[in-house]
Formats: sequence, structure tokens, C-alpha cells
Amino acid sequence: MDVIIFLVFALIAVVAAINVVVQRHPISSAISLVAVMGSLAVLYLLLGAEFIAAAQVIVYAGAIMVLFVFVIMLLNAGGETKAGRSITASLLGVPVLVALLALLAFFTARIYPPDTEVRFGGFRGGTAQAVGRALFTTYLLPFEITSILILIAIVGAIVLARKELE
Amino acid sequence: MTGHIPLSWFLTLSAVLFSLGVAGFIFRRNIITMFMSIELILNAVNLSFITFAYQRQQVAGHLFAFFVMVVAAAEAAVGLAIILTVFKNRGTLNIDDMDSMKN
Repeated sequence: MDVIIFLVFALIAVVAAINVVVQRHPISSAISLVAVMGSLAVLYLLLGAEFIAAAQVIVYAGAIMVLFVFVIMLLNAGGETKAGRSITASLLGVPVLVALLALLAFFTARIYPPDTEVRFGGFRGGTAQAVGRALFTTYLLPFEITSILILIAIVGAIVLARKELE
Repeated sequence: MTGHIPLSWFLTLSAVLFSLGVAGFIFRRNIITMFMSIELILNAVNLSFITFAYQRQQVAGHLFAFFVMVVAAAEAAVGLAIILTVFKNRGTLNIDDMDSMKN
């Protein structure tokens, strides 16, 4: 059952990721990216990361992608013009990438022997309670610095995007 | 088939998504699509973090993923504001047209 869920959602993620790259119109890429993030949230649940799965759906698929779609609509961005590409790159690119990934898959499978397996419920430390406890004890300083970062980002975004006053 | 997933499958999926993100970043000419490819890369890295958190049975990996998300949100806000400004000044989203520093 776990394997079936993994394969289905991994396939959705990979196909949607390919779609992000090959689609001509940015809005199609954005919708495909939402599909990638949704299927990754399911995989996070499979790995026992409940809190991160929820945050993935709310923050990534919700907030960040809505921001992207808003900007795409605001700029009324059309399709992309095709740029000239070198013939060697278009011929060699995909086979070399597949070969490298196959090599990487082979070696990760060697490094992690078959007995290191993932099953649903194998790790129960990813609840909101556990994550929150670690966040406010061990990782309190990075968490506080994060709030400063967000503040700077808000101010920066407003300064960049406001209308210039003549 | 034991019904359990090898750990390496997750890492391989992460690598595949990462390379697709890099490919999108390099090949696309639209600045918004390039930006979305960066988000794809960050998501792939997050999957690795969560996988290693499972392997080591520690919650620290989840926190790294959480911080990556926070940084990605801040980055998206600032980056999209930059894209808005660039579009306002130049009227294009094609990065090949943004070469004013070349001359």
C-alpha cells in the first residue's frame, strides 16, 4: 500500500515538474507547480512529517503560489518566445541528464541498503507538538532571527513595489 | 514486495525534481518561470531533509525544512516585487532583453 501511494504521487510530482519546465505559458507552469507541491505534501505525510505537510499546503501551495499567480495576472504575461538553442545541447541534454540521474539512483540505492525502508507510521516525531517544542527550545534563536528576516522582506517588498513619487 | 519503500527512492525523487528545477532555471527565458524553478529546487531539497529526518528518527530535519519554507516565502515576496519593478521599467519579462549592464 505504501509503495503504491509513493509511486502514484512520485509519478504525479515528476510529470508535473516536467510540465513546469516545458510549458510555454507561466500560468500553466504555476498550476503544475501547485500539483508538485501537493503530491510532495502527501509524501511528507508518508514520512511522518504531519506539521511540514500541513505547512507545505498552506504556505507553499496556498500563499506563495497565489502570490505567483497574482503577479502573472498583474503583468498579463504572455507565452514565451522560442529562443535559438544549440543542436548539441538539445541532442545531448536529456540523455546525459537521465544517465547522471540513473547513476545517482544506483549509488544511493547502494549506500542505503534495502533494509533501510520507509513505512507509514515509522516515525512519529513530526507532530505539531514535537516540532513546536524543538522550535521554541533548541532552535529558538534561528526562529527569532527568522522573524527579523520576514520583517525585512515585508519592508523590502513594499519599497520595491510601490509607485515612485515624482 | 514487502509494502515498504526503500529510502533511496525518496532521495532519487528528490534528485530528479532538483535536476528538473535546475534545467528549468537554465533553459527558460521567462523570469517568472525561472523563479518558479527555484521554488521547485527548494522543494526537492526539503524532501531530502524530511527523508533524512525519517532515517535518523530526529525532528531536526523537519525544522530545517520549515526554515527553508520561511526563507522561500520571504524570497518569493521580494523576488516578485523585483520582477514587478523590472517589468514596470522595461516592459518585458524576457531575461535576454535585460542586458543593460553588458554595454
